[in-house]
Formats: sequence, structure tokens, C-alpha cells
Amino acid sequence: MFLTFITFLPIIGAFFLAFFPKENERAIKQTALAVAAADFLLSLFLWTNFDNTTHKMQFEVNFSWIESWGINYHIGLDGISLLLYVMTTFLTLICIIASWDVTKHIREYMMAMLALSTGMLGVFISLDLFIFYVFWEFQLVPMYIIVGVWGGPRRIYAAVKFFIYTAVGSLLMLVAIIWIYFHVKETTGVATADILFIADNISAPLDAQKWLWMAFFLAFAIKVPMFPFHTWLPDAHVEAPTAGSVILAGVLLKMGTYGFLRFNLPFFPQASYDFMPFIAWLSIIGIVYGALVSMVQEDLKKLVAYSSVSHLGFVMLGIFALNEYGIQGALIQNINHGISTGALFLLVGVIYDRRHTRLIKEFGGLSKQMPVYAVCFMIVALSSIGLPGMNGFVGEFLILLGIFQVNGLWAACATSGVILAACYILWMFQRVMFLELNNPKNMKLKDLNVRELITVIPLLVLIFWIGLYPKPFMKTFDASVNHLVSRVSPDNFRPTKDHQEGGGHNASLMTKTELAKLSQKLQKTSHN
Amino acid sequence: MEPIRAPESIDLIALAPVLVLSVFAMGVLVLDLWAGKNKTLLMFISLVGLLMTAISAFAKHPLPAFAFTDSYIVDHLSIFFICIFTLSSALTILLSVEYNERKGIKAGEYYALILLCTVGMIILASSTDMIMIFLGVEIVSICLYVLAGFRRDDLVSNEAALKYFLLGAFATGFLLYGMTLIYGSTGSTNLFKIAGFIKTEGAQSNPLLLMGIVLLVIGFGFKVAAVPFHMWAPDVYQGSPTPVTAFMAVGPKAAAFAAFFRVFTEAITDLAPSWEILLCVIAVLSMFVGNLGAIMQTNIKRMLAFSSISHAGYLLIAVIAKSSLAGSGLLFYMLAYAFTTFGAFGIIILLGKKEKDNLELENYSGLAYKHPILALSMTVFLLSLGGLPPFAGFVAKFYIFSAAIEEGFVTLVIIAVLNSAISFYYYLKVVVFMYMKEPQSEFQISLTPMTLFVVIVGIIGTVELGIFPDPIIALTSLH
Repeated sequence: MFLTFITFLPIIGAFFLAFFPKENERAIKQTALAVAAADFLLSLFLWTNFDNTTHKMQFEVNFSWIESWGINYHIGLDGISLLLYVMTTFLTLICIIASWDVTKHIREYMMAMLALSTGMLGVFISLDLFIFYVFWEFQLVPMYIIVGVWGGPRRIYAAVKFFIYTAVGSLLMLVAIIWIYFHVKETTGVATADILFIADNISAPLDAQKWLWMAFFLAFAIKVPMFPFHTWLPDAHVEAPTAGSVILAGVLLKMGTYGFLRFNLPFFPQASYDFMPFIAWLSIIGIVYGALVSMVQEDLKKLVAYSSVSHLGFVMLGIFALNEYGIQGALIQNINHGISTGALFLLVGVIYDRRHTRLIKEFGGLSKQMPVYAVCFMIVALSSIGLPGMNGFVGEFLILLGIFQVNGLWAACATSGVILAACYILWMFQRVMFLELNNPKNMKLKDLNVRELITVIPLLVLIFWIGLYPKPFMKTFDASVNHLVSRVSPDNFRPTKDHQEGGGHNASLMTKTELAKLSQKLQKTSHN
Repeated sequence: MEPIRAPESIDLIALAPVLVLSVFAMGVLVLDLWAGKNKTLLMFISLVGLLMTAISAFAKHPLPAFAFTDSYIVDHLSIFFICIFTLSSALTILLSVEYNERKGIKAGEYYALILLCTVGMIILASSTDMIMIFLGVEIVSICLYVLAGFRRDDLVSNEAALKYFLLGAFATGFLLYGMTLIYGSTGSTNLFKIAGFIKTEGAQSNPLLLMGIVLLVIGFGFKVAAVPFHMWAPDVYQGSPTPVTAFMAVGPKAAAFAAFFRVFTEAITDLAPSWEILLCVIAVLSMFVGNLGAIMQTNIKRMLAFSSISHAGYLLIAVIAKSSLAGSGLLFYMLAYAFTTFGAFGIIILLGKKEKDNLELENYSGLAYKHPILALSMTVFLLSLGGLPPFAGFVAKFYIFSAAIEEGFVTLVIIAVLNSAISFYYYLKVVVFMYMKEPQSEFQISLTPMTLFVVIVGIIGTVELGIFPDPIIALTSLH
């Protein structure tokens, strides 16, 4: 019940905020802050009480919700979701501090922020397809409101695009969920939407698996966003208020990658394996395309937004390496991206608040006027590039290690993304921070104030902590990743009947030899 | 002279809801003479009558019970529908009180007409004979023609009534023609006998029968406002007094769907291969035309009219799936739709003023910052109509889509969910106005208690059916 309480605490807080008088802005902000802080501290208890040695779900709650359909309120955390869960409460807290100066409809803003937090937390703990879907769709509404009310000039367009785009993908996932529900009911006789049960018992024929896989893929690929489905992201990011961008990059995108790990891999190992090259190339295109497009952006926020497309390509590549290094790297990179890109958005928000523009050409030489700001920005930028000693390096290194075991060419292509990242970030940094301070509007800019430092410093600490000593983070998901890999890694999963029969003799021989090769490779590396 | 013998199996207990409600309707008509200008008494009597009707629906045991030589049935479906009808009529009456006062509608027969219309709906949902169905359709339609034109001094209202009457009479002709063709080729008007005939004779290729089915589809299609028989809906919805619009969107539509479902799943279910594709086309067209049409609208009543066309499309999926799960889904959907629609129309009425109805979307600008609770409620209703969890509309759609996927109509469901995505566009448009635009003028909203009560009932129903749907799902899936 502890987990339920933490998950619903923010929305309860939002409910009480509704009764605050509108004029009492101070009390509203303080209450929201108190709720978010309490939520974060409580979620740290989850982390300290978390048992790293098992892949099993912890803090599980399971009781009947819609009995007639066999749908349960089943929640729990495992290694894959724990860090994302804690990061969500953490970033919510940061965002509420970062939004201290919002003046327009502050009560509604804080309510939306807290409601959004509950929606996101719910997604990570759901262990029943039905409640997963409920949370997954529910969090769209507060985010839509945040972008649409407190966003920039084209906010309505961006908000509606965000909503419709995501809804299309998730509605197709709904069809797949219903299909799976009836399929499992037919084959096992149990009417349930329980994720763990389905993962153990689903035995769809390969054809159906592929369709289902694609339905889930579409929902998550839009959310991640993967290359051809990314067009909503720059719009949403550019128009969203600073805190909205931080949450969007830090948590919402992670829901997509989390979905792949929680659903696509365990439910459809065969289809995941078959689609591996497809995903890998899409991710590589995303990495390179995102980086190249970032390079030519004139708007700082758009630059960071496109860099997200590139970074999330790495995460996807890691997941679909289907081995331990890759998935571990993807998980840690999930966190890294949340921290680094979140911090970048916060820092861009700082100068936007002062200058009301984000165009790179408007700036230049800021390091002379705002030295603290420049240092913080430098650290975050380097972490985003993946400099050794900082968090980005750990994740990218593990991912590349993982993908290299599968296919050297993919690894080589992906590595180019790291180089391109250095190009666009450093070039942007140079144009904003160095050069001459010749724009008179920039002469009187104030450096970071205390509140802004409070929002940025925890992120900087995390950047170095994960970069230098990632073990506390890595060990939370060791057991879960091992378990996941044991299910989906090409040399471990059980090929479905249909595949053996329908694939023909030759085809199955081919895959067997491939599998043998891969397992040899893996063994070699593990010996080393 | 031989005495006229009463037909066998007269069963007044089975007929109790119809009888009770008819008596109350007559009572209201007569009492109107003494009621004077204050119609509160009439309203009160009508509500009592509806309550008694709902209670009397449970009088018959055991289920299913047949009466009047198998032309009338009391079963799970009909009882549940009677509850939906009485609920929707009661909510209509509550919505009407303050609206009528504001608009100067003083006639007491207004309440009697709503009650009589409900009688027709009960007959529609309970009949297992074509003649009875026709009777039900006529009672419902005639009452609605009058109700649509109740604002006699208003040109748009007159237009609505006339349009509805002319097209409605035309469609009823089709319905009747279809029934005669089916009677001609099967020799019976009783749904079960028709089904038996088709089973034994194998009438798959009987052109007369197939023609009859097509005409039935046209007739029913008109009554539920499915494309391409939907032309009347936007004008009639817009022109009718707002409570009547809400009433039309829920009660009579539910009744028509009850009969639709019964005829197609009981009588001619064995001919499914021949009508399935026809209904699929109509369902897909309804969803697309309804949703795309709604995008263009700037008048909220017209927008909801188009949205109700698209909802007819979703509901047709239940008829196409024709399993008992689909029947339960239909019940749940109608109940969810009733709560949501009445809530939304309640807010529309609250926003209206004596001289100005405020039906344009622009009138909703900035509502969220003047009346946050109202705006939030409206958002909940609209999102529920769009099918977003955790509201009633989502569970309802899930229910119907489940039934369709279980029967193998995956493509149809995919089209339906894509339509849901389209529908979010225009539902969100209202949210955009309420939350993201600056208010244009001062809102002078008098939160009149009865209308507010309907909105609260709507909210409770919408949220309850969305978050704790289990009791209602258990009720719907008894058979």
C-alpha cells in the first residue's frame, strides 16, 4: 500500500490545491513543493528497501478491480522500473522549484504538474495491461494542458499535435491489448490482463506476434520518439514551458523505452529478435538524423529537442542489442538522458526567462557576464556529449559494447552519433558562451540566482555521481536485466512452434547456426 | 354474436412499466388543467412516475418472460434498458424545469410528451414482434416531432420539427415496407418465428427477404442517425430545445438500438453474412462522417450532433458483433453515454442566458478561470465521450471493442480506434477554448440548482463507471 500511497499522493495534493484561494500564491506554491518533496523522500525509501538480488516484483499490491473481466489493481516495482520511478518524483520536485516564478494561473499549473506526476508514476508501476493503459492515456491530459496553457506562441498547435499523435499510437496498442486478453483467455482459460502472467503464458503464433509487436511498437516508438515518428517532439518541446520540457524529456520519453522493455521484449521475444535489424537501423537513422538536424538549429530549445531524438536512438539501440550490456546501458542512459537533457532545458529556460528569446545568434560571450551559469552549462553539455567521468559516458559505452557484440557495423554507425553530438553541442556552446559579448541586451544579464542553483546543482551532483561511481544505480537492475535477457536473448528464448513448423527446415537451420554463432561470441566476451 | 375473446397470455405484470407510465402520463395531462402556471407539481409527478416505472420493471419473475403470444418480452436486456430510459427521461425533466422557465415554455403537456415518449421506448426495447416494434417507433417518433418544435416562437425550432417529421415519416415508411417484405417471405412478424423459418428453410438467397432487411437497415439507420441517413440530425439537434436535444441523443437512440439489436441478433442472425458487410459499411461511414463533420462545427450543439452520429457508428459495432458480450457492451455504453451526454448538455444549458443561448465555441473562451469546476466537468464529459480513461466512455468503448475483437472484427475495431483519435481533436477544441483562450465577455452564469444537480449526477456517473465499473459490468453481463 506504501507504493499506492506514493503514487497517488501528488494527485491528492492537486485535489486539495483546488480549494486554495487563487490569490494566495505563496501557500499554493509551498503546498505543491511540500507534496512533491514528501513524495520524493518517500520514494527514496523504496530505493533503500529495494532488494537488489531478485528480479521479482517488489512492494507488490494485487487486488481485484474489475472482477467480471479478471482485471486487477496489480502494481509493483522491479529493477527496470525502480530508478525511473524515483527519477519521476525527483524531476517533479525539481520542476516545481523551477516553476516558482510562473505567474499565470499558478494554482492550475501546480495542480496539472502534480496530476501529471501521478499519471507518470502509475505507468511505471502498473502490472496489469488495463491499468497500464489507463495511466498511459491519463497522463496525456495534464501534459496537454501544461503545454497548451503555459506554452509559447504556437502552444495550442503543439499541444493538440502531442495529444493526437500519442493517442493514435496508444489506441492501436489498445486493440492489441484486447486481442492478447482474448488470446490468453482462449489458450489458458484464465481471463486476465496481468502482465506477469501474460509474459509467462503468451504463445501467439509468429504472424500474430509480429502484428501485436508492431501495435505496441507504434505506441512506444511515437513516445520515445523513434525516427519517423518524432515530428511532434520538437513542437512540443519548443512550445512547452521550461518545466514541461524537463518532464517531457526526463520522464515522458522514458515511458516509451520502458514500454519496450516491459512489453515488446518479454511478450514477443521471437518477433523482437526478428525485428532487431529494423529497429537497429531506425535507431541509427535517428541518432545520425537527430544529430545533424540539431547542428543546424538556431533555437536552443529545438537543438536540445533534436538531440533528444539522437540520444533516445542510443537507448533503443541498447535495448535491441538484446544482451545484458545493451539493456543495462539503455537503462542507465534513460536516467542519464533525463538528468542531462533535463538540466539543459532548465539552463535554456534560465536565459529564456531573462531575454525571452532562445535564438543562438542573440547570444554570445555570456561566460563573461554569467560565469556560474557558463560553468554549469559546460558540465551539462559535456555530460550530454558523453565525456568520460560523467554520466553520459557510462551509458553510451555500455550500449556500444552491447551492440558491438551483435553487429560491428551498427556499432560503428552509432559511434558517429557520439562525434556529431560533440560537434553540435560544443559549437552551440561556443556561439552562446564565448565570442564577443557585443549584444547590448546581454550586458546586464544576472547570473544564476539561488533558486536556479537549487534546481541545477542536484542534477550536476548526479552527473558526476553516475559518471564516477555508477554502481549503486547499476546494481538495482542487475537481477532484472539478467532475468529479462534470459528470456529474450537470442540463444535463450524458446522459438514458438509456429516458427519451427512454418519457417521450413532450411530457415530454422539458418537461425540455429546464427544463434550458435551469437552464443559463442557472448561466451567469449564473458570469459574476457 | 360470438364474444370477442381476449388474446391468450395477457400478462399485465409483464406490461407493468408501460401501464404505470401511461397512467402517469395521462395524469400529468389532466392535472395540467389545475396546475396553473406553476409546473413544479407536474414535474414532481412525472419524476415519481418514472421512479415507479423503473421499480415495476423488476416485477416479473422468472426471466426471460414472454407475454401477448410472444410479442412482448421481459428479459435482462429490456429491464436494463428501461432503467436507462427512465434515468434519461428523469434527467431530461430536471434539465427542462429551469430551461423552460427561462425560455417561457409553459405548456404542461411537455412533461406528458416525455413520459409518453418513454412509454414508446419501453415498448421498443421489449418487443419481439415487428408490429410491436413499429408501434414503439411510432409512439417515440410522434412525441419527438412535437418536442423538437416546442419553442413555437423560434424559427429554428420549427424548422427542426418539420424536417424531423418529414424525413422521419419517410423513414418509417421504409421500416414498414421492410417489415412487410420480411413478413411476406417468412410468413410471420414474430422475431423467433422468423428466425425459425430462416433456420429450417435456409432462406439465404431469398431476394424479397434480403430486400426487406436492407429496408429495415434504412429505417433503423434513420432512427439511430447513422450515415447516410443522418441528414436530419445536425439541424434537429441544433433547433430543438436543449433538454430535448439531450433527450433525443440518449433515450430514443438507445431504444432504437435495443430494437435494432434484437431484430438483427434474434430474428435474422442466421443471415448475418448478408447484412454484416452492409452494417460494417454504415458503421465505418458513420464514424468517419460523424467525426470529420464535427471537426468543422463551431456550434456546440451541432458538434455534439455529429459526435452522436459517430457514436451510432461505434454502437453499430455491437450489433455487428451480435454476441451476448456485445449486448452487454451496448447496455454499458448506453448508460455511460447517458451520464456523459446529460452532464455535457447540463453545462451547455447553464451557460445559456435568457436572450442568448451561448452555443458558439467562442462563448466558452476562458471558462476555466471564471468557473474552474464547470470547465473541469465539461472536460471530463468531453474526454469521456472521446473514450479517454479513467472515465466511463473508455470502459464502454473497451467493452464494445472487446466484443468485436472476440468475434474477429479486428479491422473494424482498428478503424474505430483511429476514429476515436480523430474525435479527440474536436473534443479538445472545446477544452482549448475553455483553458487556452482569454475570456471574451463576462460570464454571468446563474448556477440554477436543478440543472446543476443533473451535472453532478453526470459527473458521478461518468467517474464511477470509469473508475469502479465492476458492479455495473456485473449487472450488464447477467445473461
